[in-house]
Amino acid sequence: MTTDTHTTTEHGMSNAGYVRIALILAAITALEVSTYYVDFGPLFMPALMIMMAIKFVIVVSYFMHLKFDNKLFSWVFYAGLILAIIVYIVALSTFHFFS
Amino acid sequence: MTANTHADEHGALHTSTGLSNNKLGMWLFLGSECLLFGGLISTYMLYRGRVGAGPRPSQVFDIPFTSVSSFVLLMSSLTMVLAVSAAHKGDDRNTYLWITVTALLGATFVGGQVYEFTAFYNEGMGFTTSLFSSSFYVLTGFHGVHVTVGIIMLMSIVGIMKRSKVPGSKAETVEMIGLYWHFVDIVWIIIFTLIYLIPA
Repeated sequence: MTTDTHTTTEHGMSNAGYVRIALILAAITALEVSTYYVDFGPLFMPALMIMMAIKFVIVVSYFMHLKFDNKLFSWVFYAGLILAIIVYIVALSTFHFFS
Repeated sequence: MTANTHADEHGALHTSTGLSNNKLGMWLFLGSECLLFGGLISTYMLYRGRVGAGPRPSQVFDIPFTSVSSFVLLMSSLTMVLAVSAAHKGDDRNTYLWITVTALLGATFVGGQVYEFTAFYNEGMGFTTSLFSSSFYVLTGFHGVHVTVGIIMLMSIVGIMKRSKVPGSKAETVEMIGLYWHFVDIVWIIIFTLIYLIPA
């Protein structure tokens, strides 16, 4: 495979594509930090959680190549992640964390 | 040679799944790491209000400083993916370059964490000051150790590659370390939001 910066490679995206993704991540991070200085009111918590989830999915999908890789890898990773989320939501609930 | 290094003309590996066992093992490991960090994050969430006589999170956290650290770690994910891309293209020079830049960015992040811990300690937040401080140091300390292990792996792989002693596929080895590095980054994405940006 030759070095190219504009076409998709078999292992994911082009280098220019990765830089674009990084710029999007940087912009979302700047938005996240802005919530510390600007009053978002009732949108504060949902906005932060959504931005965190978007950044997480972007890194996993594009930088870790799950979007382009075999689906088995996605199943293996997301199974662990979803199990962790369920286990700890239940654990936190038993300590009345959400009430 | 292991089964992982044998690929047929269509690129499929001669394993029971047709996939790289190394890669599958790494994804399994990362899936299990979600449980480890999930436990540490949950513990912090439970105890973040238990400050006792010590300082509260909002009194010690330096959001501008941590934001810059977070940005540095985020950009190290970009340099890591560029290293993996170069490795797949067989471009050794750029692979070494981007791996080294990634390690330097990681070291900058760890240095920032050491500075932050020192500042917190000087402000009266020791490891045993309160449940908040203990759970905070354990969570962020575990993450810092993961970053440090990543830096060691990055520098080791450069040395091993330069001696041409990488067993199996060079590109796959770099990709495995890259997966670990990106995982450390996504854990910090969660820590930065839940621990630093959301007040107790």
